[in-house]
Amino acid sequence: MSPTIEFREALARAQAAEMAADPSVFVFGLDVPDHKKIFGSTKGLLEKFGPGRVFGTPLSEDAMTGMAIGAALSGLRPVHVHIRVDFALLAVNQLFNIASNARYMSGGRLKVPLTVRAVIGRGWGQSAQHSKSMQSLFAHIPGLKVVMPASPQDGYSLLRAAIRDDNPVVFLEHRWLYDVAGPVDETKAVPLGKALVRREGKDLSVIATSWMVAEAMHAADILQARGVSLEVVDVRTIQPLDEAAILASAAKTGRVIAADYDWAFCGFSAELAALIHKGCWGSLKAPVERIGFAHVPCPTTRPLENRFYPSAPEIIRAAEKLLDLPPTDLSGAEFYSWEKKFKGPF
Amino acid sequence: MKDEMKTPVHMGIGGEAIPVGVMAALPPGSKVFGTYRNHSLFLACGGSLEQFFAELYGRLPGPGKGKSGSMHLASPEHGLLLTSAVVGTTIPLALGAAFAEQYRGSGGVSATFFGDGATEEGVFWESLNFARLRGLRVLFVCEDNDLAIHTPAKDRRGYRSLPDAARALGIRAESCEGVDAAEVARTARTLVAAMQAEGRPALIHLPYVRFLEHVGPNEDWKAGYRPRPSDAELRRWDPIARFEARLLSEGVAQAELDAVRAEVRAAVEKAASAMLKAPFAGPEELWTDVYA
Repeated sequence: MSPTIEFREALARAQAAEMAADPSVFVFGLDVPDHKKIFGSTKGLLEKFGPGRVFGTPLSEDAMTGMAIGAALSGLRPVHVHIRVDFALLAVNQLFNIASNARYMSGGRLKVPLTVRAVIGRGWGQSAQHSKSMQSLFAHIPGLKVVMPASPQDGYSLLRAAIRDDNPVVFLEHRWLYDVAGPVDETKAVPLGKALVRREGKDLSVIATSWMVAEAMHAADILQARGVSLEVVDVRTIQPLDEAAILASAAKTGRVIAADYDWAFCGFSAELAALIHKGCWGSLKAPVERIGFAHVPCPTTRPLENRFYPSAPEIIRAAEKLLDLPPTDLSGAEFYSWEKKFKGPF
Repeated sequence: MKDEMKTPVHMGIGGEAIPVGVMAALPPGSKVFGTYRNHSLFLACGGSLEQFFAELYGRLPGPGKGKSGSMHLASPEHGLLLTSAVVGTTIPLALGAAFAEQYRGSGGVSATFFGDGATEEGVFWESLNFARLRGLRVLFVCEDNDLAIHTPAKDRRGYRSLPDAARALGIRAESCEGVDAAEVARTARTLVAAMQAEGRPALIHLPYVRFLEHVGPNEDWKAGYRPRPSDAELRRWDPIARFEARLLSEGVAQAELDAVRAEVRAAVEKAASAMLKAPFAGPEELWTDVYA
């Protein structure tokens, strides 16, 4: 029986395991070694591996990303941490113009084994600059890999795989996941590029990313009570994408909700819809429904924030539409449970 | 042979002494980064003429198999890891190379070449600060032709002296005309020695004259954005003429120089014509080397 640990600890253990296994791995970024340890996800690393391998930086995302790439080109394996993905926008020049291209433009001579960890999504009242996800933006650029774990086990296993990967990997961690506890088998390897069916179902598939996996599982519980069987597929890595697993689920149920934790317009859910429409045209019973952020900047105040971020009720309503069912009476059902549980300030 | 190079070429005519001098001063094995104006640097690092022309002609034997072109010539096996067309982008890469040396305790240095326009990018100052903070042995090499494409420094820079600004950050900095390769090497050697002894970065500032247009093989003195120097001035700023004059004054015979010149010309012509016949990448190469 694997021990139950929180996502934050799973990340810390994954980094510690890779650092112990490989002296070329180091972890850095603003506030990585401070008393808060990036929501606890770098806890214990400084004490175990020392300031030479675990250190904070100036507020210089551009130069620090370039530094990491230069170190990776020189044979090290940097893990660069952004406490919010919104700050990584100051580093995308390095990621999009150098890290993603270096191998191709060098005729395969160079490699960039760089992991960029970035915290995404909802905290509390984080407004428009502490709330993005941006997986579509990163996945749009050839040469980058993009990972979105949704459980402590995947946080652990996928982060180890990301650090071991010889390519630049953007690893996007939802803020609320840090508090999620679950069993973690530290011997379990999960390769990048494999989706996971989190729940088998027969009526409808929810293809979900990051926190939308939790919302989809919640929606599946509620719908099960009225006899509707939802299949939940956790995409896990956006690039490389496990097209076969997604298409298999879509073909099996014939009805699909693409539930992406990002804006829908020009977003990853559109990629999913295109993939499924083309790959399962003959077996689809209805067009793919897409669920994502409202196409507005993220508002701060909670009543608007609750409307901005998609949650289980949106998945339930979309499922009812696809299955031609009357709306379930959701009064008395508990939603936004994490939003209520979450305490700030960050 | 017209239009055989289907890549924007940023000619280094007038700037040759800088990479030649600096590379002579760097210890073997140093990691080096550069810009899109990289032809002289590529050759000074030890890249072959065959590879050079192959990449410019977009042929498979080029170091980027024709996928990188003139703006991204590199030769990792000679230490030139990467050059970039987005101004300033390769400056922080040298931090990482120097950090790797420090991390392993191997004591090596790195160098990054950049134009004066790059000093207006935020990442330049971020990099100076971090190199100083962590005591990284990075040589910052500013190739100053006073132009960002066509805009002179007086329209872009709100302070007077780059070396003074660097010194204010505690970074050793020297200015030296980037026209006499031997003088560039002497200045760079002093800075590299200090860098190694003191464990901190250094900056070398090298004014030179860009003889040709920003991109392309032509002169553009008549374009109006800068005055044409006198013939005497142009001769004074010609690194090849300066180096020949130095060699003659040191007793090298004119016949020997002529022989070297003929040898170089023959090697260039041989490599250029050979690579014009080299194969292009096959269609499968489009999808090769995206991921490791």
